[in-house]
Amino acid sequence: MLLIHCPYCDEPRPEIEFGYAGEAHIARPINPDDLSDAEWETYLFVRTNARGRHFERWRHVHGCGRFFNAVRDTVTDTFERTYKAGVARPGEADSWTGDTGGIV
Amino acid sequence: MSAFRLPGRGRIDVARPVAFRFDGKAMTGAAGDTLASALLANGVHLVGRSFKYHRPRGLLGAGVEEPNALMGVDRGPGRHTANVRATTIELHDDLTVETQNRWPSLGFDLGAATNLLSPLFPAGFYNKTFMWPRSAWETLYEPAIRRMAGLGKAPHAIDPDRYTARHDFVDLLIVGAGRAGIEAALAASASGERVMLIDEQPELGGKLLANPARWDWLAGALTRLDDAGVVCLSRTTAIGLYHDGFVGAVERLTDHLPPATATGPRERLHRIRAARIVLATGAIERPLVFADNDRPGVMLASAARTYLHRYGVAVGKRVALMVTHDSGYQVAFDLAEAGIGIAAIVDSRPDLDPSLKARASDLGLELIPHAVVIGTHGAKAVTGITLAPLGSRQVRKIACDALLMAGGWTPTVHLWSHGKGKLGWDEALGAFVPEGEMDRVTCTGACAGAIDPGHGVHAEALWSPRDPASFKAFVDLQNDVTARDIRLAVREGFRSIEHIKRYTTNGMATDQGKTSNLNGLQVAAGALGNTAPQVGLTTFRPPYTPTTFGALAGSAKDALFQPTRKTVIDSWAHAQGAVFENVAQWRRARYFPRASEDMDAAVARECRAVRTGVGMFDASTLGKIEVVGPDAAEFLNRMYTNPWKALAPGRCRYGLLLGEDGFIRDDGVAARLADDRFHVTTTTGGAARVLGMMEDYLQTEWPDLDVWLTSTTEQYAVIALQGPRARDVIAPHVEGVDLSPEALPHMAYAEGRICGVPMRLFRVSFTGELGFEVNVPAGHGLAVWEALWAEGQRHGITAYGTETMHVLRAEKGYIIVGQDSDGTLTPDDAGIGWAVGKKKLDFVGRRSLARPDMLLPDRKQLVGLLTDDPHYVLEEGAQIVDVPNAPVPVPMIGHVTSSYHSPTLGRSIALAVVAGGRARIGETLFVPMADKTHRVTVSEPLFYDREGARLDG
Repeated sequence: MLLIHCPYCDEPRPEIEFGYAGEAHIARPINPDDLSDAEWETYLFVRTNARGRHFERWRHVHGCGRFFNAVRDTVTDTFERTYKAGVARPGEADSWTGDTGGIV
Repeated sequence: MSAFRLPGRGRIDVARPVAFRFDGKAMTGAAGDTLASALLANGVHLVGRSFKYHRPRGLLGAGVEEPNALMGVDRGPGRHTANVRATTIELHDDLTVETQNRWPSLGFDLGAATNLLSPLFPAGFYNKTFMWPRSAWETLYEPAIRRMAGLGKAPHAIDPDRYTARHDFVDLLIVGAGRAGIEAALAASASGERVMLIDEQPELGGKLLANPARWDWLAGALTRLDDAGVVCLSRTTAIGLYHDGFVGAVERLTDHLPPATATGPRERLHRIRAARIVLATGAIERPLVFADNDRPGVMLASAARTYLHRYGVAVGKRVALMVTHDSGYQVAFDLAEAGIGIAAIVDSRPDLDPSLKARASDLGLELIPHAVVIGTHGAKAVTGITLAPLGSRQVRKIACDALLMAGGWTPTVHLWSHGKGKLGWDEALGAFVPEGEMDRVTCTGACAGAIDPGHGVHAEALWSPRDPASFKAFVDLQNDVTARDIRLAVREGFRSIEHIKRYTTNGMATDQGKTSNLNGLQVAAGALGNTAPQVGLTTFRPPYTPTTFGALAGSAKDALFQPTRKTVIDSWAHAQGAVFENVAQWRRARYFPRASEDMDAAVARECRAVRTGVGMFDASTLGKIEVVGPDAAEFLNRMYTNPWKALAPGRCRYGLLLGEDGFIRDDGVAARLADDRFHVTTTTGGAARVLGMMEDYLQTEWPDLDVWLTSTTEQYAVIALQGPRARDVIAPHVEGVDLSPEALPHMAYAEGRICGVPMRLFRVSFTGELGFEVNVPAGHGLAVWEALWAEGQRHGITAYGTETMHVLRAEKGYIIVGQDSDGTLTPDDAGIGWAVGKKKLDFVGRRSLARPDMLLPDRKQLVGLLTDDPHYVLEEGAQIVDVPNAPVPVPMIGHVTSSYHSPTLGRSIALAVVAGGRARIGETLFVPMADKTHRVTVSEPLFYDREGARLDG
């Protein structure tokens, strides 16, 4: 069972306290009417399905209730880091120095 | 004392005899015996019949690796455990075991005829033979195969045992209490850390238990660990290693006790989170692959050593050894020193270690180098072996009553592999060993490959001058897989070891290939012309050894399987004799039968009461979310399809919630309590989901909105009063609210007091009648209910349940999200397009409603159905066609979503979704069922009071 670092509670907690919430950094368009049908379809349905580093959302549903983002390797199932919602997408594992909102 | 028990040897207590029954026969062993050692002490070698060929089988090993000796253990009614290895059953008084997979008896098994027919049962036999006709698979093949080929029988009775679980948090977990594990624990014991040492055996010590020279050290070490506060658990198997230092372990608490004295839980599941883990899981000896290597009496050399030193049992009186590896010699020396006759040591290697040769010579043992066993003899036990010099046909026979195999050692890397640890090929060991690093986890001792390899040869199968097609050399004893089967799989084109494994079933039995994986790999590699590391190993998965469902389920069964949510009025409904149903996790009153009423009669009475007088309904399970803040109206406006900003405080509105894909997710009435406060209701089952969805948008899409969301589902009891006389029931008890239709019209909201307690009052209806939903603090719910019930007696008040609620709302065509909708219905499909704010620029799902697919005229739309036969109630879920008796496959154009007998209309009614349904109103369609095809007429999904006149009573 994974340990997941909640960036709001700032501590690792067992996986069963969390719910998965899909791919991260897919912002809802400000004006959906401006999107073509194809663009809207992409927003709705098309996902990365990454092998390796994957940006995804989790919710500490049986804890603080907050949604946050994570970088997880889908091959090894290990978390590289978690960070607060609204923080920019981290770059490569070794180059990114941004604010994690609580380092993993 | 039996002829095979060796006085003065072993850790057993011969002064304490233990009586047990084996296949109904009374036998005696000693305290400290396993069933296996007790059987050997009684001279019993035949302990089972093999899976496929029903060949007689004996003990191969002395521990969890045992593939043959599987027993059914009977501990009383409902306490039958199948497939338990005799080597792990601790002997106790009243132990009752039966052998498996034989009929009529172990000694005389008719199923053994399959052995004679074995040329008909090659690898992949099932896949090749039982292909068709398909129907015969269920009626003929599978039942027959299950009878003939199989292991133990699953019990039929419910397991009466209790199981428990606990969480453990430690700094260091050590798995395996052999020498390496104990040394690791000793090294850590002075650190002040929380250290836990677990071992699957009844005694800590691992292979030291078979080495009397180390017993004093072992006793001293265990005392030191105890003094240092190290938690030592025996009978505890680490079944799986998972992420981030998590290990699951099962502790067996009572199976070793006589059933009459066993109290408390049977097993305890430990969920262990460890900062560091040391795997000291040891190694398992490999058997050798040669003709008839499965005859009872053929066993691992290390097992014979364990039986000798730990249990004081001789596995035979004249023992032969077949070795490819130095480690077999020590066993021969130990046996000889114990006075057991050694028939011969057959070694496949030409050049032997001079010191071993000298020792064998000193003990007078016959050593036959550069030769191999090419066959065994005997009916139900080995009586002799045939051997041949390598490359020669000059065979020789030797009499013996046991044959020991020493084929080298395989590190027990299962847990390391569970954690996705890498493995590397160790040429000296001829086995895979842990390689690289793993977060938190290290390996030590034999598990890490720290085995003195001695000198050995790791052959795939022993050479034989005989035609390979003429004999069976077993690789997997539990699944009856031979070297020939594996070679056949390769000839038939299988290349991947994972495919070969599945085609031959090598390593797929309950022992998970503990003794067969590596030999199978070697044979496959040989046939493929590759090396073992090129072919690679199959994947190990948890559990390490078979695990009871009880241990995994723990207390999560029966009433504790999941919580039953009950409203505060539940006890009243129970006292009234309500019949309940489960809705999400709630227990809800379905109907309230009187005297001998069945459900139809009760529902008819309840429906009439609501339509003509007044009914009372516990709606407390409705999801409730308090939406508060300056931006509350803006937030709801973005979430729901409806416009909310213009809704005045004191008014309610039906709210429709879509997913971003435009499909209906939930619905419910919301009241505006104040400019910055809404009381939103959801469906009973959708409450948590809707709150989660709202939180998601609020936190991540619109964090700028100043809104707070709070679940208030359980803060309020909700009492629905529905019917023309509903107002009369509440009026005498309400303070501070003008209940007149003018002051409190349909879809109005007011706050006041009822029966002296605070009340949120909704004038709403899910029945089509005049209706009120009285929300009071949950703690007062039952008292208010009882007061209104007493008041209602003058008006003939009737309690009704969810079934009547369903019928009444269906008569009005009100949908239930999740019953009439299935995640593919848009508001327009459901006929509630009026709930979509036409002037709104955005809300969740709005953009999707403009996608071309959402506008097609043949989308499935909600309609009503009226059967030609007014008494026939359609099956919910039944498919609808427009051409009866059309050739198969008949195009299906929709299905029935809700269907009831309507007491109000005196006939059946149904709701359905039908392609282009609204354009078909008045048409005849057909619902084919098994017995007959029913004609139905499409109608509006509204069967009663079209004008809505009754809403005002």
